[in-house]
Parts: sequence; structure tokens; C-alpha cells
Amino acid sequence: MNTEFVLGQGWINLGYLISSVLFIWGIKGLTHPKTAVRGNRLGALGMFVAIIVTLLAKGLNFGLILGGVAVGSAIGAIAALRVQMTAMPEMVALFNGFGGAASTLVAGAALLRISDHIRLGHMTGDPTQTLIATGASGLIGTVTLTGSMIAFGKLNGSWKDTWMRFPAQKAINALLAAGALACCAWIVVDAGNVTPYWILCAIAAVLGITVTTPIGGADMPVVIALLNSYSGLAACATGFVLNNNVLIIAGSLVGASGLILTSIMCKAMNRSLGHVLFGVLGPTGSTADADEVYANVKSAGPDEIAMLFDGAQRAVIVPGYGMAVSQAQHVVRDLANVLNDMGCNVEYAIHPVAGRMPGHMNVLLAEADVPYDQLIEMDNINPTMETVDVALVIGANDVVNPDARNDPQSPIAGMPIIDVDKARTVIVVKRSLSPGFAGIPNPLFAADNTLMYFGDGKKAIQDLVNAVKEL
Amino acid sequence: MDQLILLLTIFSLAMFVGFEIITKIPPTLHTPLMSGSNAISGITVTGAILAITTDESTLMAILGVGAIILATINVVGGFLVTNRMLSMFKRKA
Repeated sequence: MNTEFVLGQGWINLGYLISSVLFIWGIKGLTHPKTAVRGNRLGALGMFVAIIVTLLAKGLNFGLILGGVAVGSAIGAIAALRVQMTAMPEMVALFNGFGGAASTLVAGAALLRISDHIRLGHMTGDPTQTLIATGASGLIGTVTLTGSMIAFGKLNGSWKDTWMRFPAQKAINALLAAGALACCAWIVVDAGNVTPYWILCAIAAVLGITVTTPIGGADMPVVIALLNSYSGLAACATGFVLNNNVLIIAGSLVGASGLILTSIMCKAMNRSLGHVLFGVLGPTGSTADADEVYANVKSAGPDEIAMLFDGAQRAVIVPGYGMAVSQAQHVVRDLANVLNDMGCNVEYAIHPVAGRMPGHMNVLLAEADVPYDQLIEMDNINPTMETVDVALVIGANDVVNPDARNDPQSPIAGMPIIDVDKARTVIVVKRSLSPGFAGIPNPLFAADNTLMYFGDGKKAIQDLVNAVKEL
Repeated sequence: MDQLILLLTIFSLAMFVGFEIITKIPPTLHTPLMSGSNAISGITVTGAILAITTDESTLMAILGVGAIILATINVVGGFLVTNRMLSMFKRKA
């Protein structure tokens, strides 16, 4: 499918090349927080160039285009300025879905045009490549759309993990996938017929839902990273439909990014992608009894805990999503400042799956004005954990469970954890001894060097700040 | 066929470039990377523009306008929210 432009095709492709270079340069800026803002702007400039170049096509209906852009810009701008940082996973999930849907619609429009050309006998050349790509775009795009809607629902709690799970789900999904591929073949064989495309989209819509519903809420970070990748691959397939270089390049960059993040998330949970998509994590028969594990739990109040910081050289804070839920990140930063003033070096240890999407915890802490050079990755802080005087765990559970390291029978065995149990003293701020996502007890809470500090995260840390100030 | 091979070449090289750069992005910027990718996947807006021509059927115009709205939400929303997030990242004063 080639469109005629006001300028020669060579000039148009040159414009798309400039745009692609800007995208790559922009993403390269994200390799360091210092250059990241500029990188993002370069990416936006690349998008601007691509749009201007595309507007040089002949025969465009500028009224409709401008209207669409105005509506989309308004919705996008409001969403971007209003969204809470805790809700970033929902926003990314929603946007993944929009990207997929846009690709499906563009491929559908392209197929309508091919169909017209074939009917009127204007078709030049063999449409096979375009038709295969149209099928791929419709399939990936629609699965991304409905899968992302379910992910969005699961993230904001409006869709329950138990809904739409039925026996033989895998077999039915396999049948749906086979049906979708059959439609792709039908599109190619019956060139110019648009009906199989709509049937394909209907099947893909159901498939997107039924593959996402069985995946547990704790695995949503993996799923949104994967859907992120799909939205890029759908754009890429649309590039093959339209013979458009910039769609292919930009789509590939997003596809690659999503795949890398998916793999990082899987490694951080010590699970294979297959296990996340098709398996279920839950308590196994060998899980220790909570009452037994928690027989020797010691707890303390703010004054007692404040004393532990007296004379401490090095403290490490291990935040989990629970900290963000209780909006405690600002008081946690206050605590870090007070400790700093007392001459105690404070760092934050960030587990890759802390928060609800890759890098989420870093954004939540950045919003609370925590400098990014105080945020240390798990692999960098673990080797020095023995020299930490006080480790403060707030709102995290499974990612500090030493069973992952010590008990090969544990459901989370082999998952990389932050080794807070090796610190001299561990304080765990928690409402109760309830289990985390994995649903298993945590022997850290009963360890000899651990003190439990029960309470709501924000209030507990506020009391602790006051107690430390009185030292 | 020549055209297809050319496009596949571009696709393969772009995937390699993507893997090479993105593996170097630190975990602290992974959320902005995802919202920035949302914005970049809004590149479909170019395809949507090409679908909205004066001589096409109503159905095609509806598909094109739907696509342009969704893709523009991604472009504008994605770049803006990424900018908002990135401007929060600060070094120790």
C-alpha cells in the first residue's frame, strides 16, 4: 500500500529517517536521569517530524484529521496532568490498549482501501505481504486492546482475579488462536474480502480477555510489560501494511523495550514467562504453618525503635507497595532527613518488583523528593548488607522473605530477595502478620535480630520521626 | 518481494538497536521508559492520517478518525506524563 505525497517518496523517507533517529537518540537519553528529560523531548520532536511529513500526503481530509488530533490531544493532556503516580500502572495499561486499538483500526482502513482497489481493478502488484501484515496487525492489536482492559481492571481492583476463569481455558484459548490464524489465512486467500478481518478482530477480542483473566494480580507487572511490547509489535505490523519505515522502526523499539522489561520482571520473581501466563502460584502443601513460624515474634514501639538509630552509622530503607498505599513516602523521606542530620547514612534498597510496574517505586520516591542517587538496586546493596546497622522494611513482605534463599520447598524458592536478615537489626513496619502476595509466612518477622513495629505505615513512621527527634 | 526484504531488514536492525540501547536503561527509569514507549507506539498516528482522505468511504473515515484519536491520546499523554515524571528525578542537593 503506497500513498502519493506532495514531495517525492525519497524526501518523505528522509523525513521518516530523521524522525527514527530522533526516537533512537531520545530513548538513548533515558540511559541516565540527567539526560532523560531531554531524551523525552527529542522523542516528542521525532513524533512531530513524522506527523508533519505524513501531512504532505495527497488528498487528505484535513478537517477530520485536525478534529481527531484536537480531541486526542485534549484527552491525553488531561490524563497526563491528572494521573496520580500510584496509578501509573493503570495509565500505561490503558495506553497499551489504545495503541493496539489504533493499529487494528488503521490496518482495517488499509484493507478497505485494498478491497476497493481490487474491486475497481486498480490493484497493482501482489497484495500478499500487505494482507498477511493486516492479519497480524488486527490480531496483535485487538488482543492488546482487550487484554489491556482486563489488566487495567485488575490493577484498579474493578476486575476480580476469580472472574472469567473456567475449566479447559487453555484448550479454548488454543482453539481461539487457531481460529484467528485461520482468519488470517482467509484474508490472504480471499484477497479483497473484508469480512474475515472483522471475524478475526472479534475472535482476537475474546482471546485477549480469556488469556489475561487467569493471570494473578501479583503478575500484572509482567503482563503490562508484555502488552507494552505487543502494542509496539502491532504498530510494526501496521508498518508492513503501509510500507512505512518509521512505523516499523518505532514499533520495533517499543517491542524490544517491552520484551526486555518482561524478561527483567520474570527474573526478579524467578518465574518463566510460560509459568506467569499459564501457571498458578499458590501455597503448596509444604508451606510452614504461620503460628509455628511466628511463635517468637518480638514487637516494639516508636521510642524503643528510635533508640536503635542512636549511634547508627548506616541505615537502609526497604520500601514496598504498601508504603505507597498508605502514602507514607513523604514521612519516610522526613525520617531519612532526620537520620542524615544525626550523621547516619541512609539509602533505599529497591527490589525490581517493589511497586506494581517496573521502576514504579523509584517514581513514587522521586515524587517525594528522594534523590535518585540514594536509591540502590538490590544486586548492588546485598553484598554490603552485613555492614548495615538498621534495616527498615516498610510495606514489603515477599521480597525480603529469607525462605526464598533458604527453603528449596518454598513456593518462592530461588526468587532474588533483599537480604535484610543479614543486617544487624531489622525493623518491619506492618499492620499485622498477614501474608503478602505469595500467601506464605515470612520467618524474617520472627528472626532474633528483627523487631516488628505494628501500625499504619504513615502514622507509624510519623511517630518514629518524632521519637528520633527527641533523642 | 524486494520491498518486503527491505522492510524486514529495517525491522531486524531496529530490533537489535532497541535491545542494545534499552538494556542500558537503569531500573530507576523503567516506568518513564514504559510511558515513553506508549508515546512512541502512538506513531500509528501517521498511519491513521494516511487513512483519512477526501475520497474514501464513510466507514474508512470512521476507522481513521477513531485511530487518530486513540493514537494522539498516546502521543500527547505519553510524552507529557513522561516529562512530568522525569522532572521529579533529582540528585542530592
